[in-house]
Order: sequence, then C-alpha cells, then structure tokens
Amino acid sequence: MELPLFRHNRPNRVVTFDEYREEGGFEGLKKAFSGMSPNDVQQAVLDSGLRGRGGAGFATGRKWSFVPRDLPGPRWLICNCDEMEPGTYKDRVLLEHNPYSLIEGMTLACYALGVRHAFIFIRKGYEKAAANLARGIEEAKKAGLLGEHILGSEHSIDLDLHLSAGRYICGEETALINALEGKRPNPRTKPPFPAVKGLWQGPTVVNNVETLANVPAIVANGAAWFKGLALNPEGAGSKLFCVSGSVKNRACVELPIGTTLGDIIDGACGGMRDGKKFKACIPGGASTQFLKPEHWNLPMDYDTVAKAGSRLGSGGVIVFDEGHCLVEATLNLINFFARESCGWCTPCREGLPYVKEILTRIENGRGEDDDIAILREHVKYLNYTFCALAPGAMAPLDGLLRDFEDEVREHIVKKKCPLK
Amino acid sequence: MIPETLKTSLEARIASAITAREAAVDVMKELQAHYGWLTDEAVAEAAALLGLSPLQVEELATFYEMIYRRPVGKKVIHVCDSISCWCADCDKIIQHLKDKLGVGLGGTTADGMFTLLPCCCMGMCGDSPAMSVGGVPYGRLTPELVDEILEAERHKV
Ligand code: SF4
Ligand code: FES
Repeated sequence: MELPLFRHNRPNRVVTFDEYREEGGFEGLKKAFSGMSPNDVQQAVLDSGLRGRGGAGFATGRKWSFVPRDLPGPRWLICNCDEMEPGTYKDRVLLEHNPYSLIEGMTLACYALGVRHAFIFIRKGYEKAAANLARGIEEAKKAGLLGEHILGSEHSIDLDLHLSAGRYICGEETALINALEGKRPNPRTKPPFPAVKGLWQGPTVVNNVETLANVPAIVANGAAWFKGLALNPEGAGSKLFCVSGSVKNRACVELPIGTTLGDIIDGACGGMRDGKKFKACIPGGASTQFLKPEHWNLPMDYDTVAKAGSRLGSGGVIVFDEGHCLVEATLNLINFFARESCGWCTPCREGLPYVKEILTRIENGRGEDDDIAILREHVKYLNYTFCALAPGAMAPLDGLLRDFEDEVREHIVKKKCPLK
Repeated sequence: MIPETLKTSLEARIASAITAREAAVDVMKELQAHYGWLTDEAVAEAAALLGLSPLQVEELATFYEMIYRRPVGKKVIHVCDSISCWCADCDKIIQHLKDKLGVGLGGTTADGMFTLLPCCCMGMCGDSPAMSVGGVPYGRLTPELVDEILEAERHKV
C-alpha cells in the first residue's frame, strides 16, 4: 500500500509543484472545498485516529475539538517545526523533499478550525526547508489554492513563516506561543489551555509538521483508508522513523504504524553496523525510556510502546550497540536537557546540573554507593516542574536505573567505566 | 548607527507583523548580520525600532542560541554534541576542531575567522557527526573532511 508522506519524494531533490499536483496533490483540498463542511473535515481527522506526531501522541481530532466554536475574534493555527529533540530529524527530511503536503494540510486544518491566518514556526538551521515552504506558499497562492478566496470560495487563508533563533524549549507549545509573540519563550501556565487562550489570547491549535502533512491524504482517501495503513488495530496511518546510531543505513523512513522494532532496524536500516550486537535503543527521541533486545518484535504504535514502558514519541530511534556505555549515553542526554532548560523553575534549573554532576562522577570512576538512590530521588521529584522538559529529561535516566542498574553499579564498584 | 536602507527595511518588516514585538527575532538577526554580532548599540537600536526597552531585547537576545551577545569570528562553527552525534564519535571531531583551530569551545581563532561553539542536535542525526559553518550544514564528518571544509570556508566569501 502506498504510504502518504514520502509518496512524492524524489531522490536528492524537492518535488515540484506540478509533480505534486499530477500525483494527486491538492485533491484533498479540492474535495474539502467542493462539498465538505469544516465539520466534515474535522470529523474525518477524528475518525482517522491520527495522533500528534510531535512526541505527545495526543489525538489530533480531539485537540481540534477543544477550540470553542463561539468565541469572537481571530483564532490561530501554528505548525510546530522547531524539532530540536536529539535523534529526531523527520521534519527536516520531509520538508526538504516536499513542502506541499504541509501547506495543503495546514490549509485544510485552517478550514476545519475556522482559522484565517496560520504560522509555521521554523527553527534556525532549517533554512532549506524554509525556502521550500516560502516558494510553495507562493505557488499555491498563484494557483488559487491559498490566499484570498481559495478555489473561488468565500474562504481566505494566509500562511506565514516565522524563523526562530534556536532553543529547544520553543518546541513546547506555550513557550512557542510566547516566542511567536516576541516574548521570552518560557512556558506559560496551563490552564488556560492554548485551545482557549493561546496566541494573542485567541484560541490556538499547535500541531507538528508530520501531523499536519497527514491531513490531505486523510481527507482525500477517507478515515478508514488511513486507519487501514497501520499493521495492527491499535495503530492508524504511517509514521516517519528517523533512525540514527549503530545501524548500517541511518535513514528517515516512512513505515506503517505497528512495524516492529526489529523490522525497522533489520528491514529498513540494513541491520546493525559492523556486525555489532543490539544493546538498547531510545525509540522516540531524547526524552524516552530505553527499549531492550526483548522488545525486538514489539509493534511500534503509541499504546504498545507505552505498555512496554517507553514512548513512541517523535519516532527518533537512536540505536546503541554492546560497545556503548549507557551511563555515558544518559549523561549526554542529561547534558542536553540541562543546557536547554529555560531556567524558569528551580527544580529543573538546579536539579539537572546536579544529576549531570553525579553521572559524570560515576562515569569517571568516582561514583559512591548512595548515588543510585540520589538519582532515583531526582527521577521522582523532577516530575514536579513547571513544564515537561525536566520530566522528559528523567525518562532516559529512569530507564537506565530500571533496566541497566547493574551497569551503573559496575561503574561504582570497579571505580571506572567497564567499557573503557 | 545603521544605514538608512536597513532601517527602512526593518521598519517595513515590523509594520507587516501583527504586533511589532512579533518581529523581534527577525530584527535581532538582521542587526546581527550587519554588525557581525548583536552589539550594545544594536540592542538599543532594536529596542527603539520595536518599541521595547533595551532590557526586554536583552532578555530575548540572551535566550537564543543563534544570537551572539559577544564578538564572534567571521563564521561561527556550531558542532553538534547531542546523542546521535555522540554515537558517531563526535568527541573526536570536536577535539580535532579544537586542535586544528587552536581554540577551546567558545574561542575565536587568532585571525578572527572562526568561532567554535558546541550545539544541540541540528536535525542532521542521520548524517552524524555534524556541524554547521556560517549557517551551512555539513554531515558525516571525518577529521580529513573537517580540514577540507575549513579550508574551503576560509576562502569562500
Ligand atoms: S521545567 Fe525546565 S524548561 Fe520547563 S519551565 Fe521549568 S526550568 Fe523551564
Ligand atoms: S544529534 Fe547531532 S545532529 Fe542530531
């Protein structure tokens, strides 16, 4: 079966507007504007079972349904293209090959939500993606598929690019809203939730690139078709898995949801690098728990991965082999989160550097007996922070202590890294 | 003082935004491109253009990775030290950069050409280890490739 997101991809270049249209692009948009009500579009997305592809995995149709219908004043849609989660590079690959699915998907989302003006929030470093989008937006406007009176209808929709200057916390939806408003991007208190009071105090939906890029095919082919793409009844649609680390071919691949971990590594990525043995992986970007060899045949869908004690997250699969020290890997992850903490609340600002210090000592052979207990306390208490960054940082540490405590202890007992 | 043409284009950018503040990052970036880094003077100018206090601009400027509040070389090298690059031995690449440039992280080469900074994941994990030089991304780095890139970037205007 043809999967929707990479269907239009050309090797090493971006698909052209004409190619995209010839291959069925903008058919979803045409279908929606010639006979579907905004409600119909929203219902199709809800029925499709599409879940947020940015990391949290919340049902997209439900998120949309939280926007009150009767509030006066403008409402907003923001596409989150901040993607700074280590190991995650799907939005880059998607947009460097095809900006049109996102443009069409956003237009459809605006139609469904009654939004007149939407933003694409792009991180610094994604200049090529931004250029593709800017060109695509102009092309769509010229063809009457965006801008004033889309396809001759009464609906007008604008898309604007907002280029950021690089900071992980801007991917958090309330921080992102502050960033777009030109304020210091600390997260905001919830409630009020963005769906009610977000950008400039108006109702706001924030969706990830991959989420929105799925919408055209859902509208064009129907919810049942989308559901049927998945390999198991728990899932719906396809997923971009961006694999890095110890595999032969590191690649961003589109696979049906429910593909097993083993099939991703062996099938799509040619197996492990240099004949190395699989030790563990992080399946969904830096803020997820480790999966182990026993999970080799685990179907990768949101619920099944959650039941196995991790998260599908962003789909950034980072693969470790037996030569990798997982204490050092966790230290690397914590270092990232400590550096990217926005500094707003004390447990995160002070706690992450402390965890980093302890892990550094352990890695360098200066760990002490009660360090493991102290780390466990942090896993527990760094759940009580202002936003999800610190709890996210604790996920790999929690996984390390749960699944690889022996390896941590060996460091402390042997007074050195056993792998060095 | 910034040239009149730059001022006019920044004013136009601000006018096209929904609120002036929304253009803050763009304004800082443009001024940084003009001065080479976001000087105190640039902070004051941005504040005047945006209708903010210099302190409000300062709290934005110091938040973002790509806004430099201290002088930097002609081209900034951001070398990724996040997890996928770690798997791909980025430590060796970072050490090589330090040796080759004769500076530590945060340092600027004696000729004022390069500033070396570590950075978080840049979405090049599939092509790790990765760095960007003056905004141009490079992946699958080896020490030899790093040498070639530095040589080429040194002469590229
Ligand atoms: S948890 Fe960290 S990133 Fe989130 S608000 Fe607190 S300091 Fe900022
Ligand atoms: S971890 Fe280095 S580019 Fe993603």
